[in-house]
Amino acid sequence: MQDQSRQTSGGQQPLLELTNVSKHFGGVMALQNVDFTLLPGEIHGLVGENGAGKSTTMKIIAGVHTDFDGTMKIKGREVRLRSARDALANSIGMVHQELSVVPDLTVAENVFLGNQPLTSIGTVDWGRMNREAKQLIASLGLDIDPTTTMGSLPVGLQQLVELSRVLFSGARIIILDEPTSALSPPEVKQLFEVLRRLRAEGRSIVFISHFLDDVLDISARVTVFRNGKKVITEETAKLTKDMVIAHMIGRGSKGMHMGEAAELKGDDAKPVVLSVAGVSDGKNLRDFSIELRAGEITGVYGFMGSGQIELARALFGKAPLRRGSVSLDGKPVRFRSTASARAKGIAFVPENRRMMLFRQEPVYKNVSISILDRIHRMWLKPRTEKRIAEGHIKDLQIRPPRTAIPLGSLSGGNQQKVALAKWLTHLPRVLILSEPTRGMDVGAKEDVIRIVKSLRDKGVAILVLSTEPETILTLADRVTVIRKGTVAREFATGHIEKADLLAAA
Amino acid sequence: MTTGETAAPRSFSMKRFLAEQLRNIAPVFTLVALVVFFTFASSSFLTLDNMLNIVRQLSITGIIAVGLTFVILTAEIDLSVAAVANAVGITVAYFTIQPDYVNIANIPLPGWIAIILALLSALAFGLVTAFGITFIGIPSFIMTLAMMQIANGVSALLVRGQIAYQYPELVTTLGAGTAFSIPLGINAAGKAMFIPIGWAIIVCMIFLFVGHLVLTYTRYGRYIYMVGGNREAAEYSGVNVKFIIGSVMVICAMCSGIAGMLGVAYFGSAQQNQFDTFLLDAIAAVVVGGTSLFGGRGGIGNTIIGLLVLGVVNNGLDHIQIDSFLKILIRGLILLAALIINVYAQVLKEKQADLD
Repeated sequence: MQDQSRQTSGGQQPLLELTNVSKHFGGVMALQNVDFTLLPGEIHGLVGENGAGKSTTMKIIAGVHTDFDGTMKIKGREVRLRSARDALANSIGMVHQELSVVPDLTVAENVFLGNQPLTSIGTVDWGRMNREAKQLIASLGLDIDPTTTMGSLPVGLQQLVELSRVLFSGARIIILDEPTSALSPPEVKQLFEVLRRLRAEGRSIVFISHFLDDVLDISARVTVFRNGKKVITEETAKLTKDMVIAHMIGRGSKGMHMGEAAELKGDDAKPVVLSVAGVSDGKNLRDFSIELRAGEITGVYGFMGSGQIELARALFGKAPLRRGSVSLDGKPVRFRSTASARAKGIAFVPENRRMMLFRQEPVYKNVSISILDRIHRMWLKPRTEKRIAEGHIKDLQIRPPRTAIPLGSLSGGNQQKVALAKWLTHLPRVLILSEPTRGMDVGAKEDVIRIVKSLRDKGVAILVLSTEPETILTLADRVTVIRKGTVAREFATGHIEKADLLAAA
Repeated sequence: MTTGETAAPRSFSMKRFLAEQLRNIAPVFTLVALVVFFTFASSSFLTLDNMLNIVRQLSITGIIAVGLTFVILTAEIDLSVAAVANAVGITVAYFTIQPDYVNIANIPLPGWIAIILALLSALAFGLVTAFGITFIGIPSFIMTLAMMQIANGVSALLVRGQIAYQYPELVTTLGAGTAFSIPLGINAAGKAMFIPIGWAIIVCMIFLFVGHLVLTYTRYGRYIYMVGGNREAAEYSGVNVKFIIGSVMVICAMCSGIAGMLGVAYFGSAQQNQFDTFLLDAIAAVVVGGTSLFGGRGGIGNTIIGLLVLGVVNNGLDHIQIDSFLKILIRGLILLAALIINVYAQVLKEKQADLD
C-alpha cells in the first residue's frame, strides 16, 4: 500500500508524513502502526466509521494529542508538536466540525480573533482589520461585508470565514473535519470551489467526512481507516463508493458479526402510534416524516449532525417545530413542554446519560422522578419508591443492587439501565432512545438490547436513533436513513447490510 | 504495605463523608463557636431572656428566609423579598383607618378585606416575577432586581413619605401581640417575672415547620430538589420545570408579604425603606446555613442554623464593647466566610462525584 502511494507521488517529497504511528488511551488502542502521507497541493480524503481512528490521527497532526508512538515529519524534517499553537507555528490548521466562531462579533473580528491589529496607542485598528479581512475573504472568491455579525450569516459562510481564519494564520496544511455535514448542496459546491482554489495555491487539505460522495468528488487520494488501522490509501480515480464502503467495514475479510446485517420485519398491519409528517425546525430538520408503529422498533440512522438529535428533542417537547404535524393515535398533538409529552405517554432517553440522571441523588430517586405523580398524590412514600426501584434493579440486573447509593457511583452501563428504568414502571406509548448502547461494554449492551426488545414485544412503539449502523441493525424492525434533516431512504422488509445504510446516508 | 491498603479506603470514605456533610457541619460548628465566644466575652449574653430576645429578633427574617430557601434550592434567587415585604406591609396599612395626624390619602376598609388585598398584592408580585422568569426568560437575578424597584415604587406611591401606624387587629396581634408568657420566678421585690412569647415567633416557627414538611415529605418538595440538582435532567424526566420555578417565586413573594405585614406591626410603623436590611439578612441566613447557591442541597434545617448564626452575631456584637461601625464589617466578613464554605462544599462534592 505504501509503495503504491510512493509510486503515485512520483518521487515528490511529501509535505507531511506519519510513519508507524500508534496511540492508546489507557488500555485502549486507538491507532495502530498508521502510515500516512500528504503531498503538496493535494486534497486527501479520510474516511472510516466512528472510532476507526481518523479523528485521532488528525488530532495528532494538529497537535492536540501530543503523546504518541512513531514519527511525524513535515517536509522531511521530524517534528514533535506540543500543542495546537505549536501545530499552527508549523503551518498546520484545523477547522473542527463544531465551529468555534463567536456569533455576536463581526466577521472581521472573528477572522482576527485573538490577534486584532492594533494602532500605535494600543486600541483596535478597525480600519485595517476590516480591510484585511475583506481581502482575505475575497481571496477565497467570496464577497462578504466584514462588518456584518457572524451569526447573521448562513452556516456555510460561517464555516468559510473560520477557514479564512485558519488561512490567515498561515496554515499550509488544512484539516477539515466533516466540513459538509451542515451544508446544503449549493454551499458544498461553494466550499469545493474554495478548496480547489487553495489547492491551486499549493496548500494541502485533509478532508475528513462521512459523506463518501463528497470525498470522492473533491479528493485526489483517499485513505480508509478501520478499527484504528489504516486499510488503504488509493487514488480516487481507482475507487468507487462501494469499494470504499467495503474497505471501511472490511467485508469479506471475516464472517458477519452481530449488527453487520439484519432481516427487517416491518409490518404495515401494525397500528401507527406516532405519525410525524413533514416536520421542520428551521435549522436541522427539513420536511422529515416517519411513522412509529406499536410493537415495532423503528431505527433512524444518519451521520452525526444529520438531525436525529433535533428530531428526538422535538418529539419529546424539548424543542419547537416550525412546520409539519405530529399525531398520536391519529390525533394531532403539539408538545410545549417535556411534562406534556410525558403526560401523553412519550418517553425519552437522551444520548448523554448526564442529561437525564441526578448523579448525586440515590438510585431510587432517579428511578421514581418520572412516575412520582403516579405513585404519590402529595406525600412521598419512599418505601414504595424503593420497592419499585428494587423491582427494576432485579429485572434489569443493575449492579450493585442497592437503591440508596448515589447514582454517580454506578458504572456507565448500569447508569444507562437506570435511565431506561425511569420509563418502565408504567409502559409508555412511545419510547425514544437516542444512542441507547453507545459507550457500553458488551454485557451491558446485550442487557439493554434485551430490555428494549422485550418492551417492543409488550407493544411499545420504539424509536431508536443512532449514528452507529450496528446499533440500528441489531435493534430495528424497520429503518429510516436521515440525511441533512430529510428522509434519504426507508427500509421496511428484507435483508439489509451495513453497506446499504452507509451507501444510503 | 498491608496497613496502607487497609487505611486507604477508610480515609477515602472519611473524605467522602466530609465532602457530603461539610455544608451541614460547618454552620453548626460556626454557631457553637460563636455562642461559646460571646458567652465568655459577655456575661449578659447567655441568659434565657437574651436567647428569647435573639429568637424574637429573628422571627420576621425567618418567615422571609423560608420562602427564599425554596427559591435558592432551585438555584434561583429573589432580591425583591425585602421590597415586597415593605410594599405589602404598607398596603395593609393603606387599607386601614389611620389616626387624624397621618396625612395619607388612604382607603379604610374592614380589616379582613385589607388583609386579603395585601395578600393579593403579594400574590401579584409573585406572579409577575414568575411570569418574567419562566415565560419571558429573564434571569431571576435581574427580574427580581426590577421587582425590587417596582415594589419600592409601590411603597413610595402609597405612603408618599408619610408614616402609617394602624393595621387590622389580626395583623397587630400576630406581629406585636403576646401569645403567652413563661413564668421566670419571683424577683427580689417579690413580683412574679414573666417572659412574653410573641405571636410572631410562633408564626415564624409554623412557617419553618410547614416549609420543612413541604420540602422533605411532599412530591412538590422532591421536584424542587430535583430541579435544583439538575434542571436539564428534571426536564428530560418530564418534570414541569417552569411550573416549579414559577411556583417557588410565588411562594417566596407570599412569605415575604406575610412577613411584611407582621413586620410593620412589629415595628409599630409602616414607612418606606423600612425593611432594607432584611434582604441581606434573609439571603445570608439561607446561605450561611449551608443551602447550596447552586441548588438542590440544603433545606429548612440549614436555614434555621443560618438564622441562629445571624441572630447570635447581630445580638452578640451588641453585648460586647465594640465600635458599632466595625460591626458592619464583621458581619460582612462572616458572610464571606460562609460563602466560601458554601462554594467549597459544592466543589468538594462534585469532585467526589467524579471520583465515584
